[in-house]
Amino acid sequence: MVRLGRWISDHAVMAVGLAVLAYMFVPIVVVILMSFNQPVSRAAYTFDAFTLANWQNPCGPEGLCSSLVTSVQIGLLATVGATLLGTLMAFALVRQRFRGRSLANVLIFLPMASPEVVMGASLLALFVAVGFGGLLGFWTILIAHIMFCLSFVVVTVRARLQGLDSRLEQAAMDLYATESQAFWKVTFPLVFPGILSAALLAFALSFDDFIVTNFTSGQTVTFPMFVWGAAQRGIPMQINVIGTAMFLVAVLVVLVGELSRRRRERVR
Amino acid sequence: MTAGAVAPPAAVPRRRRATVWLLLLPGGLWLTAFFLVPLVQLVATSLYDPSGSEELGYAMTWSWSNYTDAIDFYAEPLVRGFGYAAVATLLCLVIGYPLAYAIAFKAGRWKNLMLVLVIAPFFTSFLIRTLAWKLILSDNGFVVGVFKTLGLVADDGRLLATGFAVVAGLTYNFLPFMVLPLYASLEKIDHRLIEAAGDLYASPVQGFRRVTLPLSMPGVIAGTLLTFIPATGDFINAQLLGDTTTTMIGNVIQSRFEVGDYPAAAALSVTLMVLIVIMVSVYIRKAGTEDLL
Repeated sequence: MVRLGRWISDHAVMAVGLAVLAYMFVPIVVVILMSFNQPVSRAAYTFDAFTLANWQNPCGPEGLCSSLVTSVQIGLLATVGATLLGTLMAFALVRQRFRGRSLANVLIFLPMASPEVVMGASLLALFVAVGFGGLLGFWTILIAHIMFCLSFVVVTVRARLQGLDSRLEQAAMDLYATESQAFWKVTFPLVFPGILSAALLAFALSFDDFIVTNFTSGQTVTFPMFVWGAAQRGIPMQINVIGTAMFLVAVLVVLVGELSRRRRERVR
Repeated sequence: MTAGAVAPPAAVPRRRRATVWLLLLPGGLWLTAFFLVPLVQLVATSLYDPSGSEELGYAMTWSWSNYTDAIDFYAEPLVRGFGYAAVATLLCLVIGYPLAYAIAFKAGRWKNLMLVLVIAPFFTSFLIRTLAWKLILSDNGFVVGVFKTLGLVADDGRLLATGFAVVAGLTYNFLPFMVLPLYASLEKIDHRLIEAAGDLYASPVQGFRRVTLPLSMPGVIAGTLLTFIPATGDFINAQLLGDTTTTMIGNVIQSRFEVGDYPAAAALSVTLMVLIVIMVSVYIRKAGTEDLL
């Protein structure tokens, strides 16, 4: 009975997990298929005929590729900003007890408890009130993105820090490591996976954001805003090309990272 | 402590305190300036005289009636928004837990790869994925066909533009927000605890229920919050996959803002936020982990 139970937990859980993963990829398969679609009319969103035309001319629809560049720029800058500010905050909050700590925690928690539509609208009201109404664009989007990514970074890094055994650092110092040596050689490498996943999360959140961006963008068009605009008029199939390419690039980057990590481990 | 021996003992706490504030200050200022201050502006807007407009300006008249009017008028989308989000969150937990568990305990050397696969679909835009679901659930599509064969959908029925489609879209789009925190807390569990349960004659099921599940509760709480909160305010899924009978509170807020009815939109936004904060605090108190906040 126990053995049967163990077999089930060994294999059935994995099977269910893989099935869920497969489910997560269903829309991706559709997007890839549609990138080869030659639609009869722009309004109809059905697969009509196979073509390579979309792939040969991905920047065909006006403004598509420039919106993509804008999104990548904002995403990278927002990731750097939010990861930096958020990691610092996470360290302060986990390592130290101080007055105002719970206040800081509330301040970090609130943006996550706020619907994006509220954050976007209130930011717009602020920008207009201080006379930034005409300056809405790249920088106001970036400000907003760093703001809403920040809390997610803090929470992710803090979760990692909380799971950390502080005795490891103490042991390093007992072995005559200075405080900074103990930090950089023990604590930081152990927290780093948390920081990395926080940065990944921040980029994904920023790159994908539509709702807050919609309120703070002025005339600047990010990629999600381009898609939203296109969805009202009839979707150019090139959007699926970009969607597929984005997916492939992400997978490629990750595979290369994983392979080089394995090679490093083998050398060691 | 070696460091303490070098510096005079009293100076250490003061330096530490300064360091803490230095670490907190940049992020804290950012959140204050671009989250708290705008929020105060939003609350103020919700009390403006509703007869004003963007061109003429608004008068601050402490119009509490904005709230009663908004709630009276939009009670249905408000309740629907919370309902859809709750169902989607529950579905995310049910399908996300086995995946997180498999990655944390069963994946072995494929752990990192699987983790990446969880995020990979989400490198394509939220909107593109949702539009893909629109195609998958479309009236002549495969899914509707299967559902009709199984008798789950009437012959002239449809999935698109129903609550089912909206909940399915929400579930799909917020799944990683559930899986990643679940994984993070499962991964931290000391395997020896589970083995010890087995050594003490707990069956795998008992071991899971009495050891693994309680230890993963921080992940469950974080995951449900990260899923439920954005799902409640979402309007993209209801806009693209639903119809006028499936409007959520997010749609109402968005459209009120779009037509320039700022006081009503602000009042609805504040109502939504207050309700979320109340529900979340009750939930966290019940679950007994305040440390997550």
